[in-house]
Amino acid sequence: MDRGNNWDWEPGKREIGDLAAWSGRYDMVYAPCVSPDGENIAAIVKTGDDEWSVCVNGRTWDARFEKIWNLMFLPDNRLIAMVSDSAVWTVAIDGKTWDNWYEFVWSPVFGAESGRITVAAQAGLRYFAVTEDTPWANDFNALTSLTTTRDGQTSAAVVQHGSFPEADIDKFQEGYFTAALNGSAWDSCYVNAWEPELSEDGRHLAAAVRTSIYNYTIAIDGRTWDKTFSCVWEPKFNPKDNSVTAPVKVPDGWTIARNADPIWQGRYVQLWHHMYSPDGSRVAAIGAPEYGKWTIVENDRPWRIRFKDLVTDAVYSPAGDRIACVGKSDGKWHVALNDFIWDTPWDMAWQPVFSPDGRHAAALVEKDGKYTIAVNGRPADITFAAAWQPVFSPDGGRLLIKGVLPQSMGGQYCRYVLKTENVAG
Amino acid sequence: MKKQNNLNNTQNPGQIHDIGIKRGAGRLSREKIASVLEKLIETEGGARLSAYINTCVHCGLCSDACHHYLSRGCDPRFSPAGKVKQTVSTILAKKGKVSPEFIKRTCEIAFTECNLCRRCQLYCPFGIDISYLMLFIRRACHLLGVVPQYIQDTAHSHSATMNQMWVRDDEWIDTLQWQEEEARDEIPDLRIPIDKQGADIFYSVIGPEPKFRPQLIYQMAVIMHAAGADWTLPSAPGWDNSDMCMYTGDVEMTARLKKVHFEAAIGLKNKRIVMGECGHAFRSVYDVGNRLLGWKMPPLPTVHAISFYSELLEEGRIEIDHKFERPVTFHDPCNIVRGRGLHETARYIINRVCKTFIELEPNREHNFCCGAGGGVINCGPPFKTKRVESNKVKADQLAAAREKGAEVVIAPCHNCHGGLEEIIEHYELGMELMFLSDILYECIKKK
Repeated sequence: MDRGNNWDWEPGKREIGDLAAWSGRYDMVYAPCVSPDGENIAAIVKTGDDEWSVCVNGRTWDARFEKIWNLMFLPDNRLIAMVSDSAVWTVAIDGKTWDNWYEFVWSPVFGAESGRITVAAQAGLRYFAVTEDTPWANDFNALTSLTTTRDGQTSAAVVQHGSFPEADIDKFQEGYFTAALNGSAWDSCYVNAWEPELSEDGRHLAAAVRTSIYNYTIAIDGRTWDKTFSCVWEPKFNPKDNSVTAPVKVPDGWTIARNADPIWQGRYVQLWHHMYSPDGSRVAAIGAPEYGKWTIVENDRPWRIRFKDLVTDAVYSPAGDRIACVGKSDGKWHVALNDFIWDTPWDMAWQPVFSPDGRHAAALVEKDGKYTIAVNGRPADITFAAAWQPVFSPDGGRLLIKGVLPQSMGGQYCRYVLKTENVAG
Repeated sequence: MKKQNNLNNTQNPGQIHDIGIKRGAGRLSREKIASVLEKLIETEGGARLSAYINTCVHCGLCSDACHHYLSRGCDPRFSPAGKVKQTVSTILAKKGKVSPEFIKRTCEIAFTECNLCRRCQLYCPFGIDISYLMLFIRRACHLLGVVPQYIQDTAHSHSATMNQMWVRDDEWIDTLQWQEEEARDEIPDLRIPIDKQGADIFYSVIGPEPKFRPQLIYQMAVIMHAAGADWTLPSAPGWDNSDMCMYTGDVEMTARLKKVHFEAAIGLKNKRIVMGECGHAFRSVYDVGNRLLGWKMPPLPTVHAISFYSELLEEGRIEIDHKFERPVTFHDPCNIVRGRGLHETARYIINRVCKTFIELEPNREHNFCCGAGGGVINCGPPFKTKRVESNKVKADQLAAAREKGAEVVIAPCHNCHGGLEEIIEHYELGMELMFLSDILYECIKKK
């Protein structure tokens, strides 16, 4: 997949589409989205009575549908949507539908490095996943929490294996839930299964499970850890050795455990969304060392800064030597990088994006309804009525900004390429 | 009022068959009970438990606050202090060494004879929170595996689907699209935006809305559209803000449910959460679940629908086309009035929208519970007769308002609707129940 090497990185501004003009052509225009390379903007448009299509850069798909939702561009710049005709559903990619139609499709997931797409599907009240128009070989009583690997080759989900009579509380507690990898369910079933997580190579699957209504643990490839806890959160595979860790609740607080044994000495009021650096040498989590005070904890060491309301969107730099996140205190949103909070508070901030060399970080931010991009803490001079996540060029020297200008400036969707050195704080 | 309670008739304490209680207790031994209770008292029964138990002077002022006690001929077994004496106090005095039969009766008291409404706390000279003590007992029952069948099934649904009605992921989305389609017959450009990143409002509802009352989603969409609100609902689990696990004592599942709910909004970058007309869900999101997870307050600003409607009216974002003609009365839901103080906010809305408003007596924070709250109605059909017999005072209260001319009872809470429907039917009151959104939908200028 093209990782941006062939995109247009020539500095400057280009107008791509005139969303305001579309509103004059169609009765309704909604859910606009832009492609990763910024070259396309698309929206769902109403083309007639109970008739919908998709407009891309001013051109309407030939196909018409009864309903459309979940319009989005994939990492490989393909445009997909869930579409319905004659009360059945499928996926349309760049205006062409899959051959197979179902009673419903939803929850699209895709490989971040491939764009290969998988959706959840239901037919005849049986549930399964479909990857690039190929359904899983097996179907289930229920399916949720669909996920896929970065290459999109492997998908997994929580499934209900078998049925139990309505309101039969004893039967339910015998366990009917498990995880399925590419349609093959584990042999073991649990009272519950949640948060399935695939190893990078797609060969292993882990999930948080409840083995009774009191006992929580982690199952890996259908085998549980030998200890249980009063609660656990989502497991993660270490990319270095495929070992599995998870936040677990022990009597004196939350910590990180591997194979059921705590690997951190610290105990926290809360600890979740742990993540590994790309080389697997570091592990960090969002945590609350004290009640109501949130921060990042890396390798069992909390940052000094605290947020009162929340921390979210933590992300490692490509080299794993920096962490950025979004935090909120007193109703204002902030971006933080390596234990320092950027100066400007915002009404909203999105997950920061690192340059490939990790030197720069940029984040989409919003204040008073105006969107802009902050680079290394410094807001860009331009503001938009709507904007999307920025993208650094492969060498980090350019920054792609995608935004819709305010009506006072024409209302067009524009693609800007800026020299990073000119916008970085 | 045509029907009167005959307390010598049916469903006396301990005589109701519930397989969750019966089978659960049947699996217990005295040793198992003592072991679980001793550990619970040691690990979770801290200073708060001791302070409440040791502070109570058995003055009895709580008795007249309790609709169960008042409705059952002032039977002391149904007084708040009496319920504590029969359950927590006995367990503490016996250091957990009680029988399976005792646990059965304890379970029935904690789950079906107390609505956790906190009215008694209001009248207690020391402010003892009886609902905390009853929740402590429910926690014990959960750990012992003795929980009424229907509410346990609801807790199971929460754990498997993250909603209380076994609604599948596709059914939820399909319902939203169906309601959008229906609403477009009335308002052609109406949208029910799903998964809108960055929307100002994350709107969440409780499981029964897509299952039994989808028109409420329709009506809220019309209100949002009229207000020009930037709003969304999530396609994934997290859309249901309700929480029966809070009432079964499964606090670990409560934490998981609230995590999923808050993270659905945080993940969509929505700025605040507006919750539909439900009381217990608000208690779970605003007071209980957030704190279980380590948040002092909800991580995003969170408001009940009452606050939202009031805001829309005050800011002129919705306009009243015509006033609601029929005389109304208003039932103050416990969790958003005693729990959150929204009584005057609700009256502001009613006075703006309704022509004739007749107060229930007592009202505001002194209002009587609907009899359904605290998960009592979720214990299901086995306890239906007991529920309505335990709330004759509510029937009397409604009947008095009816005598003054009230035809419609407004109750901005799903569980209250469930409880009041039973009471209105059982006592043949002939009043109609409505949500505030029913009234607003009927009376606002639609755009």
